[in-house]
Amino acid sequence: MNRTIAVSTSEFLISARNRWVTISIVMMALFALVLSAAGSAPTGDLGADKLSITVASLTSLAVYLVPLVALLMSFDAVAGEIERGTLALALAYPVSRSEILAGKLLAHLGILGLAIFVGYSIAAFAAFALDDEAATGLPALVRLFWTSLLLGAVFLGIGYAVSAITRRPGSAAGVAIALWLVLIVLYDIGLLAAVVADSGGTFTQSVFPWLLVANPADAFRLYNLSASEATAAAGGIAGAANAIPPYLALASLVIWPVAAFTLAAAAFRRVTL
Amino acid sequence: MSLLTLSQVTKRYDATVALSDVSLNVTEGERVALLGHNGAGKSTLIKIVLGLVAHDSGDVSVVHAPPGSLAAREATSYLPENVAFHPSLTGLEQIRYYLRLRKQNPSGANALLERVGLQDAATRRIGTYSKGMRQRVGLAQALIGHPQLMVLDEPTSGLDPVSRREFYAILDELAGRGTAVLLSSHALTEVEARTDRIAILSRGELVANDTLAGLRRRAALPIQLQIAARPDTADKVAHRLSGRRLNGTRVDVTCQHADKLERLSEIAQLGDLIDDLEIVPPSLEDLYAHFSRGGASP
Repeated sequence: MNRTIAVSTSEFLISARNRWVTISIVMMALFALVLSAAGSAPTGDLGADKLSITVASLTSLAVYLVPLVALLMSFDAVAGEIERGTLALALAYPVSRSEILAGKLLAHLGILGLAIFVGYSIAAFAAFALDDEAATGLPALVRLFWTSLLLGAVFLGIGYAVSAITRRPGSAAGVAIALWLVLIVLYDIGLLAAVVADSGGTFTQSVFPWLLVANPADAFRLYNLSASEATAAAGGIAGAANAIPPYLALASLVIWPVAAFTLAAAAFRRVTL
Repeated sequence: MSLLTLSQVTKRYDATVALSDVSLNVTEGERVALLGHNGAGKSTLIKIVLGLVAHDSGDVSVVHAPPGSLAAREATSYLPENVAFHPSLTGLEQIRYYLRLRKQNPSGANALLERVGLQDAATRRIGTYSKGMRQRVGLAQALIGHPQLMVLDEPTSGLDPVSRREFYAILDELAGRGTAVLLSSHALTEVEARTDRIAILSRGELVANDTLAGLRRRAALPIQLQIAARPDTADKVAHRLSGRRLNGTRVDVTCQHADKLERLSEIAQLGDLIDDLEIVPPSLEDLYAHFSRGGASP
């Protein structure tokens, strides 16, 4: 554990020097500000407090941004060390490869957590400024925060795995972006197309919900929306959210980070120099 | 007590044989230089010792443990060839990090940096360091926690002669305390004969493993005797010794090691004809070339 903390301290320092801490915080803050500004318009008769509506908007934002930031922070983790020539020395030290990876995860998750916290806080302040009833939405915001961390952990793990498998930063970056595009953007479009073509048949009834839960980003969206008061404000796949019990989506969100990290550790163990 | 033992180690990369039946050991307090051209198998041997690469056959024991095991890594320190660090960290932060990985107090970082002469640059980022300075950071991390075995890959490349001397002084001190040192180099002149034993790899085979004096004896390269005759006696000296006259006063005689004393006494008998005498043993380059060409078997 001490060694994991040593790795994570060093990684945090490196990320701070590389401006990654600043970049991710500014990115999250900026998006939160834009969302708050857009959401400040009168929402009509949704019957929800301002913060719950903000949480719904933040969910749609986080589902794109959190995986992206996580992949950007993690794709270099193993490949970069190989390229810089720093890995051989680290592996000669009495520290296991899982400890090294866990240290990096801890640091990157910390930075991600900081960025998310700043971003969501800004959005929350804006909501409180506009609505006295905003406190009703606080549990939803807290839930959004820790599920965002789980989502981030999934994509950090995927990023490490990609980094260890490709072993070159250039390829790792390419694969990471491709994965983001497939898992976050194309997956949903594909499902949507299938549902439209199926027009309420067996696929939509029995396969589609499971495919949604299987994708960590969709599971994240489902869990937050199904538990939220403002499902109606979110639109999109919100209808599907009702068909799936929230605990399944949560289970997916818990299993995915463990699976991704296990995959990354296995890939890292296979790296020879 | 042997702290590093390789017996009949073989490693193949597909069709290429990187190491063939190599047996080598380094005992407590011993400094062994591992020499060889690029591609001779030095790096492979070192990676096997560190557990970064698995060997195909033979036995390897690193401080009485399998290579790459936690016990072996705890007892071993390593300085890679062209050692690299993250450019964003300062020398101090980097050494503190390595201290923590070895479960040592990070406050020892300053003393380590001072020992390798980096105290003034300690709080500067490693990205601003010269190659020699990075090599010193590498040496500092290799000194952490009094390792029982030190593996140094081309440690003196990039060091100026003064730094190289300081480096060997530190090595002497460590060996004096019982650390077994294995250091690789691509040239015999680099190790400056500051090692106890020299092992030479050539195309994956260990072609020599002996002290410098032992290597000289075995190679049996001719010794050159450079005789300075008096101006008018050079011809006479060359004739009497059946040597080769180079200029007005200089006569060269070559002989085998075994004949050295006999030839010297012949020269001494010439008495007044001789002004001076210089004995030139085969150079380190000659010696290394002799063995790495595969001129001898171990």
